[in-house]
Amino acid sequence: MNAHYELPLEDAGYSFGFLDEYAKKEVRRCILKAISIPGYQTPYASREMPMGRGFGTGGLQLTLSLIGADDTLKVIDQGSDDSVNAVNLRQFVQLTCPGVEVTEKTQKATLIQSRHRIPEKMLTEQQILVLQVPYPDALVVVEPSEARRKVMHGEADYSRLLVKLYEDVVRFDEITISHRYPTRLNGHYVIDPSPIPRWDVPRLHQSPALVLLGAGREKKIYAVPPYTVAEPLVFDDIAFRVEDFRDANGKRIACRCCGSTVSFLDELIDDAGNVTHQCSDSSYCEEQQETISARKQA
Amino acid sequence: MSNKILSVRGLSRIHGVQCPLCISSTGPEHDTNMCPHCGSVVAAHDVNFDLYRGEILGIIGESGSGKSSTVKTLYFDEAPTAGSATFYDGGMQHDMFALNAAQQRSMRNKRFGMVYQNPHLGLNFQISAGGNIAERLLMSDLKHYGEIRTRAGDLLVRTEVARARMDQNPKTFSGGMQQRVQIAKALATQPPLLFLDEVTTGLDLSVQAAILDLILEIQHELGTAMIVVTHDLGVIRLLAGRTLVMKHGRVIESGLTDQILEDPQHAYTQRLVASAL
Repeated sequence: MNAHYELPLEDAGYSFGFLDEYAKKEVRRCILKAISIPGYQTPYASREMPMGRGFGTGGLQLTLSLIGADDTLKVIDQGSDDSVNAVNLRQFVQLTCPGVEVTEKTQKATLIQSRHRIPEKMLTEQQILVLQVPYPDALVVVEPSEARRKVMHGEADYSRLLVKLYEDVVRFDEITISHRYPTRLNGHYVIDPSPIPRWDVPRLHQSPALVLLGAGREKKIYAVPPYTVAEPLVFDDIAFRVEDFRDANGKRIACRCCGSTVSFLDELIDDAGNVTHQCSDSSYCEEQQETISARKQA
Repeated sequence: MSNKILSVRGLSRIHGVQCPLCISSTGPEHDTNMCPHCGSVVAAHDVNFDLYRGEILGIIGESGSGKSSTVKTLYFDEAPTAGSATFYDGGMQHDMFALNAAQQRSMRNKRFGMVYQNPHLGLNFQISAGGNIAERLLMSDLKHYGEIRTRAGDLLVRTEVARARMDQNPKTFSGGMQQRVQIAKALATQPPLLFLDEVTTGLDLSVQAAILDLILEIQHELGTAMIVVTHDLGVIRLLAGRTLVMKHGRVIESGLTDQILEDPQHAYTQRLVASAL
């Protein structure tokens, strides 16, 4: 987007946050309902946004309904503030919400909209995390009919999801779901936690920050309220495990930029075929690098 | 009386709009189950019986006589139009049709078992034979993978399916084996009550005999009460202690199987017995 672009005068009558006040009110009501029933997929009237469905319109509507002039927003896409999706959404919010500050630093943000990652840094009670969701229903892999899925959710009937896990273990000796790992909230509803990697699933459990999930195309909002029990679906004798970042010798691979051995890593392959790893969360990586250089100077 | 497991009173299942004349103008004496006034089909009307622990009750009749409808309502596959059924379980009485959907599902998954004539109704052909049994165990809140594997394997061995075929898709099984997997699945939660809907129909004779043997063995071993729906007099003679004869949605005769086969009272039953080879 052109940095000097301004809305045409006749269109400048948009209300703060692009959506009109009635739309925002409706979304906020649905958010309250979603928080009251952790994991319940609350239907809402997903509006047309000036971007295609599937580009984060669900998350964006949540963000625009929640944001106020005194908020600080961070937008990330797969952990990075500089990805196309993140940049576009951030610029859209800047354009339509005058006065809102944007930041790349996780701890400075009051509102974080994210695609497919939860920031490495532990979020606080003062922060809200908004996740963009393509497929809100974890049961969609076992039951095509939404009407029947609703009954299954209502009765907390998730045995068929567990059968899928059983079949995975029989065939591959482990559960093969890499992202969108079905997660149970407060012992009842199972949610699709959006395509976050397994690495992030344990951080939904007892999270101090409110986590809101919005699916624009599927017109659903659901929530993981602060300090909610969030357990990945597993068998009693097969523990849930996150991604393994050890090399062939069993040594934990470090980020090539900051040297961190505790973060979620992206695998990068250059033209020569060399494999390197780098933190997926760019804000976390930069902070680590700053700490290291500060220590060197001292 | 403490041995009673199921008590069915006035059970009816009517498809269609229904009019006040439905009941009086259908039945064996009118030789139809379709109401001539409103076109409703009286699939079953006023079915009464008691079932005791470890007993096998046979329901026999031609197709369209209402025998499957009766069992389907008891297994909650269909809702009844009228009537009540009480299930006695562990000192508790459950008014089956007054339970909510979740309670009915739980009862169906944990306390009942069903074996259908067509394995496609009872089995999921997208997953392995073991997975099918695991599904029942997972429904009853067993979440230990190792134990599920052991129990599923034991059940398959019990129903004479090789343990080695546990992880194969039932699509690759013969009809008799699919039926055995269905029985293993139905038995997974050790239910006190089992429904068998035409289990041997369409199988060749030697396989039929083996399946019937298996059912009798299970009854002796586990003391499972069963309701066997069939149109095959041989199956009734071999399995059932007591029998209901149904025609056009009504029970026309009931009593001890031997009595019905040796001394049939109703004209239809007499014809049925006389026509048996």
